[in-house]
Amino acid sequence: MTGSEPALEARAVVAGYEPGLPIVQGASLAVRAGEIVALLGPNGAGKSTLVRAMAGLVAISSGQVRLDGLDITGWPAHRMAVAGLAFVPQTENVFARMTVEENLDLAGFRLDRAARRARARDAYELFPDLGRQRRLAAGRLSGGQRQMLAIARALVLRPRVLMLDEPSAGLAPRLVGLVLATLREVRALGVSILMVEQNVRAALAVADRAYVLAEGRERLEGSAAGLAGDPEVARLYLGAGATAPSSAGPA
Amino acid sequence: MIGPQDVVNGLLLGATISLGAIGVTLTYSILRFANFTHGDFITWGAYAALAALGLWTAATGGGIGQLGPLSFGWPLLGALLVAVAATALLALALDAVLFRALRRRGTPLALVIASFGASLALRHLLVFAQGPQPEYFTREISIARELLPGVRVTADQLVVLGLTAALVLALHLLLRRTALGRAMRATSENPTLVRVVGIDPDAVARATWVIGGALAAVAGVLVGVTVQVRPLMGFELLLPLFAAAILGGIGSVYGAVLGGLLVGLAEALAVPVVGAEYRAAVSFLVLVAVLLLRPQGLLGEPE
Repeated sequence: MTGSEPALEARAVVAGYEPGLPIVQGASLAVRAGEIVALLGPNGAGKSTLVRAMAGLVAISSGQVRLDGLDITGWPAHRMAVAGLAFVPQTENVFARMTVEENLDLAGFRLDRAARRARARDAYELFPDLGRQRRLAAGRLSGGQRQMLAIARALVLRPRVLMLDEPSAGLAPRLVGLVLATLREVRALGVSILMVEQNVRAALAVADRAYVLAEGRERLEGSAAGLAGDPEVARLYLGAGATAPSSAGPA
Repeated sequence: MIGPQDVVNGLLLGATISLGAIGVTLTYSILRFANFTHGDFITWGAYAALAALGLWTAATGGGIGQLGPLSFGWPLLGALLVAVAATALLALALDAVLFRALRRRGTPLALVIASFGASLALRHLLVFAQGPQPEYFTREISIARELLPGVRVTADQLVVLGLTAALVLALHLLLRRTALGRAMRATSENPTLVRVVGIDPDAVARATWVIGGALAAVAGVLVGVTVQVRPLMGFELLLPLFAAAILGGIGSVYGAVLGGLLVGLAEALAVPVVGAEYRAAVSFLVLVAVLLLRPQGLLGEPE
């Protein structure tokens, strides 16, 4: 809330899984306090790699990641969560063999028992379905409930910023709107949000602002309403990137 | 002929195998490699206790006493604690200088080979320092009593069973009821997600080494009490340990306990039939049979 610094910022981040083969090639973005920001782009644009790099799961070879102005570039993933940057991966984002309650307790392992109980109660208030099934193994929850659990667990440590990698992936269309609408409630708790999404329309319906990533860099940035009507967005999604040589294009 | 005495002997042998197999299975599921050094943790645990007892008797000028019908007294329990601490430290030291760097590079095969090399080094260091001859904690004898008709058990052996059961229960409570236990189970399920949740994977790894090393040390002291202490004692247990862990379902702590008891029983029941010289083959046959018939083990989950 200190004015000038964004809650979360990436500055010219270069990152990838193998040295010399960067997937993210100098991407910059910012999430201001209280914002929901969508990160869009065609398949292979580097969206997931960028958020995973910001979460400390992919090596960053140059550039900076800042959380509330603090340089957290290259911190190990487990310190990110404690510092206030939470992340919900796209797949396998709950511990399927452990109960709902144990999943929440895991995130609160630094807290004492009373605090853990309080955080779990808060989670069940936000997601009543989880409260009713707290003793159930997370693997037996429905797809939508798993996503809720993953979000609830990310909130246990009261993060400043929550990053989600395709929260709507694999969900029935009816649930996509429900899960994304939940993010508004999360924002109301004072958490800023950065989400990668393939489902452009649903994402722009929830987000305040969005970035469109292509070939590892941000190509467009604007208000959700503005981007929703932008022909350039449609063009990027057709796979014909602004300057891309089409050597590897589909036949 | 196989009699009830063989069943009891099998359970006693199985109890120590279980303690070792728990360490093997924890290392496999949490640190993700087959640790061949585990047998030598058992040996080093036994020798650490032997060294502690040596210091004690040298300092006090006395023996290690006798508690009731047992062959040993309180000093052995003190030596057991020293052995547990020393073996846990040995495991942590190996992790710090060897395993941690290899883990970061993500090559499970390199970890297995490194553990094989470490095992060789630890084993021969002991032969070099102590000589190959067997040693004993005490020359006293724990007298066997007839517990049931035809079943004779020494008080020492009852301690082995009781201590094993208590340790398994304690580990169960640790894994189910504590934050560390939850973190260990979570790491065995999804090591990446554990980091995302805010848990330091190296801290979980260290806890795993301490627990595995401590249980190995107890197993070593128990073998030392009921059999003898030799530089190869742990290495020779390695095959039964892996057979037990795989029979139970690698990664499953309860499977390791069950597998340990079954391998112990199989050895004890086979010896009167096939002869003691084929004892070591029993574990090998169990291992081959499990891998052929039920590779996920009794309590393991299919891949």
